Amino acid sequence: MSILETLGRLGQTSGFYLLLADWRQIVMIVLACVLLYLGLVKKFEPLLLIGIAFGMLLTNLPGSNMYHPELWDAYIAGEITLTHIIHEGGLLDILYIGVKSGLYPSLIFMGVGAMTDFGPLLANPKSLLLGAAAQLGIFAAFLMAIGIFGFAPNVAASIGIIGGADGPTAIWLTSKLAPDYLAPIAIAAYSYMALIPLIQPPVMKLLTTKEEREIKMEQLRPVSKKQKILFPIIVTIFVCLLLPSVAPLLGCLMLGNLFKECGLTDRLSDTAQNALMNIVTIFLSTSVGATAVYYRFLTPQTLFIIVLGLIAFEFATVGGLLLGKLMCKLSGGKINPLIGSAGVSAVPMAARVSQTVGAKANPSNFLLMHAMGPNVAGVIGSAVAAGFLLAMFGG
Amino acid sequence: MTFGQALIYSLLGMMVVFFALVLLMCIIKIMTAVGDRAAKRSAPIPAGIPAPEADAPVLTLRQTGPTAPGSAGELKLYDTDPRTAAMLMAIVADELQAPLNELRFLSIREIKEENEK
Repeated sequence: MSILETLGRLGQTSGFYLLLADWRQIVMIVLACVLLYLGLVKKFEPLLLIGIAFGMLLTNLPGSNMYHPELWDAYIAGEITLTHIIHEGGLLDILYIGVKSGLYPSLIFMGVGAMTDFGPLLANPKSLLLGAAAQLGIFAAFLMAIGIFGFAPNVAASIGIIGGADGPTAIWLTSKLAPDYLAPIAIAAYSYMALIPLIQPPVMKLLTTKEEREIKMEQLRPVSKKQKILFPIIVTIFVCLLLPSVAPLLGCLMLGNLFKECGLTDRLSDTAQNALMNIVTIFLSTSVGATAVYYRFLTPQTLFIIVLGLIAFEFATVGGLLLGKLMCKLSGGKINPLIGSAGVSAVPMAARVSQTVGAKANPSNFLLMHAMGPNVAGVIGSAVAAGFLLAMFGG
Repeated sequence: MTFGQALIYSLLGMMVVFFALVLLMCIIKIMTAVGDRAAKRSAPIPAGIPAPEADAPVLTLRQTGPTAPGSAGELKLYDTDPRTAAMLMAIVADELQAPLNELRFLSIREIKEENEK
């Protein structure tokens, strides 16, 4: 073999040569760089978006063979086993097993639980109603995905869950119902979560009067340690009995919270909210990004998902605000309806937005702790909604 | 799936979410009520301090003006005039080296000596 032939063969196996085979790969590499820019420079959910964007970049570099969607198609069809994927797959295929099995989102939820204080919710249990009302976005987007865009019910359910404003829940449900759409749904969910300070305030101002936004709420009552310890145990028993499909997510959320509250497992709580969460975030984000393979991602459906995601967030905000207004009327003006918009999960971003909008109307207004109640209720609400959708469309 | 079927699923989904969270709300309320009752029962009355008389005069100070951030807004006074209460609160804040609006006073009661009764 001559040197020229060797060089020619080397050139033909290089990524640059393979890149020319399909222009969509170049588009995806550019898109990955744009997402990296948003994460690195604009600081849009950098902890997740950087990993997702880098996973997207790796999977679309021709010849890298790090992720093989066709292997996963065969696995879903029952033609091969996970052992086959471990032998034949690339690095990102192996990491993706944790997404497919629902392991990563559940472990993330454990960390979230270890970081969450359910005190404001326990002090004001009516917050749970606001957390429920804000799930309107999930079902509004589900309806539109079927009625307007003609998506299949399982895909529509996965799109709808974007409205829950909860990344791990969206990934958990989508990996089970519509894995082909995992990347656009995860990207839409995390992007809109980062954009909550821009998405919510116009709707909040539109639906509330200045007088309503100025309402000051009474200080929350103190919550005993015993209540905080009992809460995760009781929630797990009742909600998981009511909707067993939600047990992996909710069970892990409450276990993490029990680690935090019981006062006997500080080391475990620390691990769940720091080391474990960080490790899982790396695996989750890169493997989710890896599913954005060019020939599956660059479709009109991706655009529809982005549009529906925004609609889901807006409807979620509207649902929480409308119930907040109703509760304001029924309580004789003691509840500021702005805390309703925090019913979308996105902890603590949505609660901060309620605080900011409330403080703009009245600088001495402190709504943050009041908004944390609906905010953490939203996490439970979106998990329940995901459990319902999985039970209905999970086959 | 038709739009009508999707609508039914959506309504059912919202009902399930509300049912689960209303159930939790009820459980929390029951848990709070039980906890409060148990706390009241187990709270010991310190020796030498007489139990409050049923007809002891109670004065509730309700703030009408803007409340300072974090302040309680309501304080119950038993046999204590507002001037003395204000002085006591100022002393406590000074002793604790904490701003007054970061402290929460629930009630102030005058403890009477046995021979004063």
